[in-house]
Amino acid sequence: MSADLTMQKHRSLLLTLVWAAPVAVALLAAPHVVGPFHTLTLMYGLVFGIAVLGFNLLLGYTGLLSFGHSAYFGAGAYTVAFMVKYFKVASMELFLAGSVLISVIISLLFGVVCVRYTKIFFGILTLALSQVLWSLAFKFFWVTGGTDGLRVPTPSLLGTAPLADKMEFLAFQYYYYVLAVFTVCVIVMWVIVHSPFGKALQAIRDNETRAEFIGIRIRRYRLIAFVVSGAFAGVAGALWAPLNGLATPDVLVWTFSGEIVFMAVLGGFNSFIGPIVGAMAFTYLKTYAVGFTVYWQLLLGTVLVVLVLALPKGIMGMVELLVAKVRRPR
Amino acid sequence: MEFLVIHGLNALLYSSVLFLIAGGLSLIYGVMRIINLAHGNLYAIGAFVTAWTIGAAANAGAPNAVLLLLLPAGAFAAAAVGAILEPTLLRPFYKRPEEYQLLVTFGLLMILEDLIDRVWGPDPLSAGRVYENFGSITISGARYPAYNLAVIAVGIIAALFLWAFIYRTRFGVVLRATSQNMRMASALGVNVNRIYIQAFTIGCFMAGLGGAIVVPGQSAVLGMGVDALILAFVVVVIGGLGSLEGAFAGALIVGFVREAGVALFPEIELAVLYLIAAIVLFVRPAGLFGRA
Repeated sequence: MSADLTMQKHRSLLLTLVWAAPVAVALLAAPHVVGPFHTLTLMYGLVFGIAVLGFNLLLGYTGLLSFGHSAYFGAGAYTVAFMVKYFKVASMELFLAGSVLISVIISLLFGVVCVRYTKIFFGILTLALSQVLWSLAFKFFWVTGGTDGLRVPTPSLLGTAPLADKMEFLAFQYYYYVLAVFTVCVIVMWVIVHSPFGKALQAIRDNETRAEFIGIRIRRYRLIAFVVSGAFAGVAGALWAPLNGLATPDVLVWTFSGEIVFMAVLGGFNSFIGPIVGAMAFTYLKTYAVGFTVYWQLLLGTVLVVLVLALPKGIMGMVELLVAKVRRPR
Repeated sequence: MEFLVIHGLNALLYSSVLFLIAGGLSLIYGVMRIINLAHGNLYAIGAFVTAWTIGAAANAGAPNAVLLLLLPAGAFAAAAVGAILEPTLLRPFYKRPEEYQLLVTFGLLMILEDLIDRVWGPDPLSAGRVYENFGSITISGARYPAYNLAVIAVGIIAALFLWAFIYRTRFGVVLRATSQNMRMASALGVNVNRIYIQAFTIGCFMAGLGGAIVVPGQSAVLGMGVDALILAFVVVVIGGLGSLEGAFAGALIVGFVREAGVALFPEIELAVLYLIAAIVLFVRPAGLFGRA
C-alpha cells in the first residue's frame, strides 16, 4: 500500500518534471531569445501569476471568492513607492519585506471583517473594503500623487546597483530576479496547499460543518489563508512597481480585482498551475486586445462571458479533458 | 440654519437616488439570490438615455412640458435591457455556483461599460434645461433648486409605491413567496421564470430611474455606474442584503454621512462610510434589516 503510494508519488513527480523542465528552460532562455517586448510581457505575466496564485488559495482551495485583491496588490506597489519617496530606500529586498509586512497588516485588518462571511457576501465585502484604499489613494493626492501616481525608479538588486540602461536592466537583471521570486512563491504555495493546513482549507471548502466537527477552527484557518493570500498579492505588487515604473490608483481600483478573478477562471481555479497559466494568457490577451481596439473591455468581457458559459474549468480544465481523451481513446 | 437646511436637503436628494439604485439591487438579490455587478451600468444607461433623449428633443424645439415627460425614458430603457438580459444571460447560471454568477455579471459590466462609450462617446451628456426650468425656491432664507426637491419626492414616492406593490398586491405576495422558497412556490403553480424576469426588470427600472432623475442636475459621464455600484454596496451591507426597508434606511444613513463628509471630512468620506458599515456588521452580521 505505502509502496504503491510512493510509486505513485514518484510517477507524478516524474510527470511534473516532464512538462516543468521545458517550461523552466524556456523561461530561463526567454530574454536571450525573444525581444524586450515579449520579455516584459512575460514578466507582467509572472508578476500577476504570483498574485493570482495567492488569490487562488482563497478561491480554489478555501472556496472564498475575493473581489478585493487589488487592495493587497496595490498596497504592495504603494509601499514600494512610499519607501522610495519618503525613506529614500532603493533595495528591492527591503521593498519586498516592506510590502509583505504592509499587505499582511491590511489583509489581517480586512480579513477579520470579511472571514465572518462566505459566498456573495464575502465577495462584496472584500470588494467594498478594497475601495477604501482606492479612495484614500485618490483623495490624499498630496501624499499619493493622486491619479498621476508615484514614480518608482529602478531598484538595486541584492545590493548591486542597477544597470544604467533601464530597458537592459528590466529585460535581463530584473527579469531573472522576478523569475527567482516567482519560483520561490510557486514552491512556497505548493508546500502550503499540500501541507495539513492546505488540506484543512480544502476540507472547509468542501464541507464546512464536517470540517468544524473534526476540530478545524474554520474562521481562524480562513483568516490565515486570507492573510497568506494577501501577502502573495503584496509580493506581486512590490515586483510590479519597478516594472511599471509608476504606482497608480489603477491597481487599487476594484475592476483590477475583477481582472485577477478573470485570470484565475481563465486558467482554471481547480488546478494548482491554472492561475499561472491564466495570468500569462490574460496578460497576452489584454496586451493584444488593447493594441487591437479601444473597445478592449468589450472584447475581454465577451471572452469572460463565453468562458463561464462554455468552459467554466478554464484552460487547465480543457487540457485535462484532452489528456483524458488521449489516454483513453475510444 | 440655512447651512443645515441646504445640507439636509442635499442629503435627502442623495439618499433618494441611492435608494433607487440600492433598492433595485436588493430586490433582485431578495428574489433571485444573485448580485448583479453590472447594476451600476443600468443606472448609467438610464442617465445616458434620458440625457440623450432630452437633448435631442430640446434641439428639435420641443416645449418644456414634453421634455419633462421624456424624463422617464432612461428608466424604461434600463428596464428593457434588464428584460433582455435576465432570460438570455443570467438564467443559465441560477443552478451554478455563485462565483460564476458574479463572474458573468462582471463580464457584463465590462461589455456595457464599453457599449455606453461606443454609443454615446466619452463626452458628458446633460439635460440641464429641465433643471433650469424648475427654477429655485426659498426655504427659511436659503435658495434651493426646486428640481432637487422633485427628486426627493420621486425617491419617497418610489419607496411608497414599491412597499405597496410588494406588501399590498397579489403580485407582491407571489414575489415574496418565490423569494422565501422558490421550489415550493413553483410547486404551487407560480411561474418562477416569469417572476424572475419581472423582478429583474423592476430592479433595473429602479436603477434606470435613478439615473434618469439625476441627469438634469448633473451630467452623465463614463464610469458613473461603477462608482454608484460601490455606494449601493455600502447601502445594502448596512441595511441588509435583500431587504427593501434596509435599502431605505441604508440609503438615508449613507446619504447623510456622505453629505456631512463632503462638508466636514472630504478626504476620508468613503473610509468613514465603510467604518460605519464594518461597525454595523460586527453588531448585526446580516445588516440592520437583514435575515441572517
